[in-house]
Amino acid sequence: MTKFNDRITLPPVDAQKTNMTCHFCIVGCGYNVYKWDADKEGGRAPNQNALGLDFRKQLPPLAVTLTPAMTNTIVDSNGKRSNIMIVPDKACVVNSGLSSTRGGKMASYMYNAEGITQERLLYPQLYMGDQWLQTSWDGALAIYAGLTKKILDKDGPRPIFYSAFDHGGAGGGFENTWGSGKLMFTAIQTPSVRIHNRPAYNSECHATREMGIGELNNSYEDAELADVVWSIGGNPYETQTNYFLNHWLPNLTGATLDKKKSWFKGEPVAEGKVIFVDPRKNTTVGICELVAKDRVLHLDIQPGTDIALFNGLFTYVIAQGWIDKDFIAKHTTGFNEAAAANKLSLEQCSQITGVSIDKLKKAAEWSYKPKANGQLPRTMHSYEKGIIWGNDNYLIQSAVVDLVLATHNVGRRGTGVVRMGGHQEGYTRPPHPTGEKIYIDQEIIKGNGKMMTWWACNNFQTSNNAQQLREVVLKRAQIVKAAMSKARGASPAEMIDIIYDATNRGGLFVASINLYPTSLQETAHLLLPATQPGEMNLTSMNGERRLRLSQKFMDPPGEAKPDCIIAAMVANHIKVAYQKEGNQSMVTRFSGFDWTKEEDAFNDGFRRAGQPGVGPIDSQGGPTGVLATYPLLVKAGNNGVQLPIKEVKDGKLIGTPMIYADNKFDTKDGRAIFKSSPWPGLPKPVQAQKDKYAFWINNGRANEVWQTAYHDQYNEFVRGRYPMAYLEINPADATALGISGGDVVEVFNDYGSTYAMAYPVADAKPKQTFMLFGYVRGVAGDVTTEWVDRNIIPYYKGTWANIKRVGSIADFKKTVSLKRRAYTPASA
Amino acid sequence: MSSSIESRRNFLKTTGIGSVAAVGSAASLLTENANAAQIQAVGTTVLPYPTKAVSKAGAMPINTPVAFNYPDADSPCVAIKMGEKTNGGVGPNGDIVAYSTLCTHMGCPVNYDTQNRVFKCPCHFSQFDSQNLGQMVCGQATENLPRITLNYDSKTDAISAVAVTGLIYGRAANII
Repeated sequence: MTKFNDRITLPPVDAQKTNMTCHFCIVGCGYNVYKWDADKEGGRAPNQNALGLDFRKQLPPLAVTLTPAMTNTIVDSNGKRSNIMIVPDKACVVNSGLSSTRGGKMASYMYNAEGITQERLLYPQLYMGDQWLQTSWDGALAIYAGLTKKILDKDGPRPIFYSAFDHGGAGGGFENTWGSGKLMFTAIQTPSVRIHNRPAYNSECHATREMGIGELNNSYEDAELADVVWSIGGNPYETQTNYFLNHWLPNLTGATLDKKKSWFKGEPVAEGKVIFVDPRKNTTVGICELVAKDRVLHLDIQPGTDIALFNGLFTYVIAQGWIDKDFIAKHTTGFNEAAAANKLSLEQCSQITGVSIDKLKKAAEWSYKPKANGQLPRTMHSYEKGIIWGNDNYLIQSAVVDLVLATHNVGRRGTGVVRMGGHQEGYTRPPHPTGEKIYIDQEIIKGNGKMMTWWACNNFQTSNNAQQLREVVLKRAQIVKAAMSKARGASPAEMIDIIYDATNRGGLFVASINLYPTSLQETAHLLLPATQPGEMNLTSMNGERRLRLSQKFMDPPGEAKPDCIIAAMVANHIKVAYQKEGNQSMVTRFSGFDWTKEEDAFNDGFRRAGQPGVGPIDSQGGPTGVLATYPLLVKAGNNGVQLPIKEVKDGKLIGTPMIYADNKFDTKDGRAIFKSSPWPGLPKPVQAQKDKYAFWINNGRANEVWQTAYHDQYNEFVRGRYPMAYLEINPADATALGISGGDVVEVFNDYGSTYAMAYPVADAKPKQTFMLFGYVRGVAGDVTTEWVDRNIIPYYKGTWANIKRVGSIADFKKTVSLKRRAYTPASA
Repeated sequence: MSSSIESRRNFLKTTGIGSVAAVGSAASLLTENANAAQIQAVGTTVLPYPTKAVSKAGAMPINTPVAFNYPDADSPCVAIKMGEKTNGGVGPNGDIVAYSTLCTHMGCPVNYDTQNRVFKCPCHFSQFDSQNLGQMVCGQATENLPRITLNYDSKTDAISAVAVTGLIYGRAANII
C-alpha cells in the first residue's frame, strides 16, 4: 500500500503481467500480478495503463476491483524497487473478476520493510539465553539437522514429531507437500506426524473415500446447474465467497435457467433451491433468503444431530420410493444393510434434530421427489466443517453419502457430494511409513517425543484441547531452553548433545518453519523463514480440482526459502553427515533432494507419481500428473486444468470436470459402498460438558480473517475490526449475565479458559454462541474436548462452557463495530 | 430514540423498501467529469481537494441521508446527522458524518439502513458502519467506506466538505 490512502499508482502498459491463484481459501480465484519499476507510472488514458481502463473519468460500477490494498512496493534481492498490483482476473472462470476481502489483500501481504508484513521472518533465528538471535542457514541446519540425526541414530524416527501442512495455497502446494513429505516419510521415516488442523495424520474424508467417492467430484459449474444445492455445515458467503457469489447465487436467482435448458434438453428445470443444515443462522442463509426466500430452507438442527437428520431422510426417501433402484443394483453394494442399520422414522428424526416433520418432508420433496417427467432431481450436496468437525466425522459422512448414493446424486451434472474445503489442495507425498494414526497432541502431553517441528502451522491456535497442549509444550520446551542457556562457547555438536540430554529429561526441542514468528515463538528454540506464493512458483488445486501455477514474481525477503528447498537442505545436511560416517544405507535414504528450485520438487513428486519404476506416491494429480509441466501450466493461465488430466491436445492440457460420470467408483470392484451409520448420540466427554455448562460454544471462521490471522493480525483493517476473537451471543443471555457488546468475557469449562469479545446478535439462539475459531487472541480450541472420532478427527464444534464478564476495554467500545454482521433486507 | 426518528422510520417503512433509502444511482456515475482537465495534482503531496458546502447543521434532519457530490459531480456522497455524538463527527453536537456512497469493493451504490445505521451494498453484500468511521461490518471490500472530511463553521452553522480519507471507487486518485 502507498502511504497515501486516496490514490494509487497505475501500471504502465509494459508492466510485467503474471498469473496468481489466490492462496487463501479453497476457491482459488484467479488474479493477475502487474509489476513495474517503482519510478514509473502508467497514465490515466486507457492506452497508457496496463489495465486498459479510462481513469480520466469515474469508472462505472463493476468495471474493476482496484483498491489501495491491491498495491504495494517491493524490493528484489538486487535492490531494485518495483510497484506491484494484484487484481482479479476477469477471464478466470472461477471468479470472473470478483475478489474477496481475503484475496483482495494479497498485494498488501507481500513483503515490504515498512508495510503490514514487516514482522516477516527474514533469517533463521535461534533462541539463546533470553533472546532471539539471527543465525545463518548453516548455523541453523547444524543444530536442526544434527539433532534430527542424533535422535534418529539413538532412538529411531518415532520421537521426531511434526505438525505439518498437507494442502495447497499459502503454506502448501504440490512442491512443498512433496518436499516436506519426502523428508518426513522417505528420509527420516517418522510416523509421528500430525496435520496442521487435526492431531493425527489422517484424512478429513475417510468415510466417503472408503465408500468409493473422493470428496471433490464435481465442478463449480454444477452448482449453477443443480435443482437443489445443500449446504451442510457450511457458510460459503464467508468461507468460499466467490464460489457462492459467482456460481450459487446465479442459480438461485434464475440467471442460469437458459444454461440448464440448454444442457438438459426436455427436462423440467427451474430456479435453483438451497437447503442449509446448520444450527446457526449464518450470513449465507440470510443472503439466500434475501435473494429467493421461497427457495431457501434452513434446517436448524440441534447441535451434533446431523447423523440422525440424514438417517431420517434416508429412511424416508426409501419408503417413498424416491431412489434409483437400477443405479443401486448395478453400481453399489450394501444398500440393504445400511437401510436397516440407519432406519429412523421422521418422528424420531424430528425429535432428535428439533426440525419439524413438515420441514423434513419439504427438504426431501425438493431434493429427491422425481420431477414431472419421472426423472430424479439433480441435487448437489456440499459439506464442510460443520460435519467435518462434527459429531462424528466418520458417521456423518457415511450417513450423507448413503443418502446421496440411494438417490444417485453423484456422477451426474448438477449433482455431486463434495466438501467445500477450507484452503486449497495440493497433496503429493510418499505414503505414511506405517499407516498409523497417532494422536500426536496426546503423545506430547504424555511426555513422548524429543523434537517437534511446526511446519507452516500453529497448533497453539488451531488444535482441540489447545490449552493443555500449550501448557505442556511450554513446560517441556523450557527444560531445553534452560539447558541451552547454560551452554558457553559450545560447538554445534556440543549444543546438540546438550539439547539431546535435555530431551532425555522430559524436554522437547521446538522448531517452527513459517512466514512469521507466530505465537509459537513463545516456546520455540529455532525459527526458520519460509516463503509464500509469488516469492516462489507454486502449484495447487481448488475445490473443483483445478490445477494452476502461481508464478514467482519477486524474490523472497531476506533469506526466506520455499519449504521444499528447506526440506532438501535438511536432508542434504544429514546425508553429508552419513557420508562422513560411511553409512551408505542412510546416505541412500537421504538422497534424491538435489533440488535447486521448486520446479525440481514438482517434477520429482507430482510428475513422477504412477510412473513406471517409481515407488508409491500418493498424489492428487494421479498417474497423469506427468503431463503437467510448468510451461504448459503457465500457458493454461488462471483457468489451469481440472485434475485428473486426460491428455495434452495442441499444446493444451485437457482435464476432467466431473468424476464418476461412468459410475465406476474408487473401490476394488468399482461399486460404491453403502455404510451403516446408526445415530450414536453425543460423545461422553462432550455430553459431560453439556450437562455441566450452560452455553454451546459453536465456533468457526469469519469472512474477514484468514486462518490464524498470520497476516491479518498486522493489518489494521482486520485487527481494528476484531481486536480479539468475537463471541456471538443471544442479547437476552448477554443481558442476564451483565454483558454488553464489546465487553471482554471469559469462556471456561473443564478443559480450559479463553477470552473473547462479546458480540450480541439477534440471530443467536438462546444458550447457543458462536466464537471465531483459530484466532490469534482468544483461542476457541482451549475449551474443546480431547474427544476424537475413530480416525482421530476432533469435534471442534461440540463443546459447552460457561461465560462470565471480565470487563470492558474502552477502545473496543469506541472503535469496533458491533452492528449485525448478517445482511438483512431492511431494518429488522 | 427521538420521536422524529421514529416517525421518519415509519414513513420509510411505507415506501415499500423498508427503511432502506437509496442514496446513489449508477446512472449518475457514467457522466463525464467536466473538471477533469482542469484539476492537476502536480507539485503537491496533498491532493487539491475543493471546499464544498454540504448543508447547514441545524437544517439536517436526524438520521436521514443528505445527498451531495464530492469532490466532483461524479462522486455521490451523503452526510448524516446521527443525533448523538459519533466517532469522527463534526458540528455543534459532534454528530455529523459523511461518506462516499460507492462501495469500495466494486463501486455499487450503497443503501443506508436507517435503523441499523449501516450502509449496505446490494451487489456483494458488504456493509459499512456509519457510526464507526465507515468500518466494514462484514463483506468483500478491502477498505472501509471513504470518509468525507467535514468542516464546521460555528458562525454560519455551515457544514462543508474539504477532503476525503480513503480512495473513492473507480479512480486512480480522488481528484480526477
